[in-house]
Amino acid sequence: MKVVVDQDKCVGAGQCVLLAPDVFDQRDEDGVVVLLQEFPPAELHDDVRQAARVCPALAIELDEQ
Amino acid sequence: MIAVVGASAAGLTAAQTLRREGYTGPLTVIGDEQHMPYDRPPLSKQVLSGVWEPSKVSLPSTVEDVDWKLGVRAVGLDVGGRRLALSTGDSLDYDKLVVATGVSPRRLPSSLAGVHTLRTLDDALAFKEELAAARSVVIVGAGFMGSEVAAVASSLGADVTVVDPLAAPMIRQFGPWLGDLVAKLHADHGVRMRLGVGVSGLVGSGRVSAVELADGTSLPADVVLVAIGSVPNTSWLAGSGLSLTDGVDCDSLCRAAPNVVACGDVASWTHPVQGRRIRVEHRMNATEQGMAAARTLLGKGSPYSPIPYFWTDQYDVKIQAYGTFPVDAVPSVAAGDVGTGRFAAVYVADGRVTGVVGWNLPRETRQLRARIGEPA
Repeated sequence: MKVVVDQDKCVGAGQCVLLAPDVFDQRDEDGVVVLLQEFPPAELHDDVRQAARVCPALAIELDEQ
Repeated sequence: MIAVVGASAAGLTAAQTLRREGYTGPLTVIGDEQHMPYDRPPLSKQVLSGVWEPSKVSLPSTVEDVDWKLGVRAVGLDVGGRRLALSTGDSLDYDKLVVATGVSPRRLPSSLAGVHTLRTLDDALAFKEELAAARSVVIVGAGFMGSEVAAVASSLGADVTVVDPLAAPMIRQFGPWLGDLVAKLHADHGVRMRLGVGVSGLVGSGRVSAVELADGTSLPADVVLVAIGSVPNTSWLAGSGLSLTDGVDCDSLCRAAPNVVACGDVASWTHPVQGRRIRVEHRMNATEQGMAAARTLLGKGSPYSPIPYFWTDQYDVKIQAYGTFPVDAVPSVAAGDVGTGRFAAVYVADGRVTGVVGWNLPRETRQLRARIGEPA
């Protein structure tokens, strides 16, 4: 799984950090998503998928190829 | 066949969830707009300001094997007979139904040109075009939408006045303390707020030229935005037997009737923690409730118990909120400092934290979310 984030779309909700704190963080100044792991390990995939689904800006894209 | 009525965020998410959770039967999504599903929050911000091309609001709508019926409205429902009546004159038999028809803006009685509401992409593009040429803009209503549009319109160079019968902007959401800070923010950017006074009428011949207030003031206006809230789109359900006290009334699993669920702006459901029925018109609820309602239809449902999240961007300020903000809740600053323009406040009612609101302090606001439900 490859994770791509669109910082331009991100609204700083932090839902991704709540669900997958090892994969996502937020910038201090504006809360915009910071990707910590572009290729997260398999045990985190379900959390990352859930983060992508509930992101209110749909700013997280997953490449599962 | 599962039918989803409504092709915006909630309906789309319900359709996606049905497929992801293993439903392989026929699936029809009915949407009254001609557009494929798109995202609404950017309409009053990035689209109106021109920062985003309109195409950027498209929602990723790849759902396997969906019969999209766009530009079609559902006009009637026979719950017992499991049949929808459509605006095309056709009827559609279903086994299970998702109602996700959203809300429509409340309007003022006026047929004058230059008077706008903002709900759809087409609304936003029409308003944007007129805004570009406008000198005097009057916005009726100081909620999220009215406040956001005031910020965009003033940044585009217009002379902007916001009118609201209440004492502060966004007071329904956050009460007077935060509302006064938002009022000051707008004043600092040259936007006038006429608060505590209602609109008595829109004036003009053919095209709007002024907005008259209840105190006799007349505000010149080239363009008017009416942003006075929304009403759930349930008129097509009259006579269906569904309970429609506040939108589509649902139980805690988002069920409105056997084999019928509702989600998104149109649905009110019994929140298991709050113990009362609520209806939430926020973007994230459309997604989360779309998922929950779809799971219920497949027999995998559980009580829907979200902590709401919502936000608004005005000028360089990002206001974010988790939880609920009852009218009797009392705010207190829990992080940052109001004077520096970066703070977060917790709201307490009945001795418990009900919500957190952040003002340009996203990380700390998210961290304070954990206190929701705890004793103050």
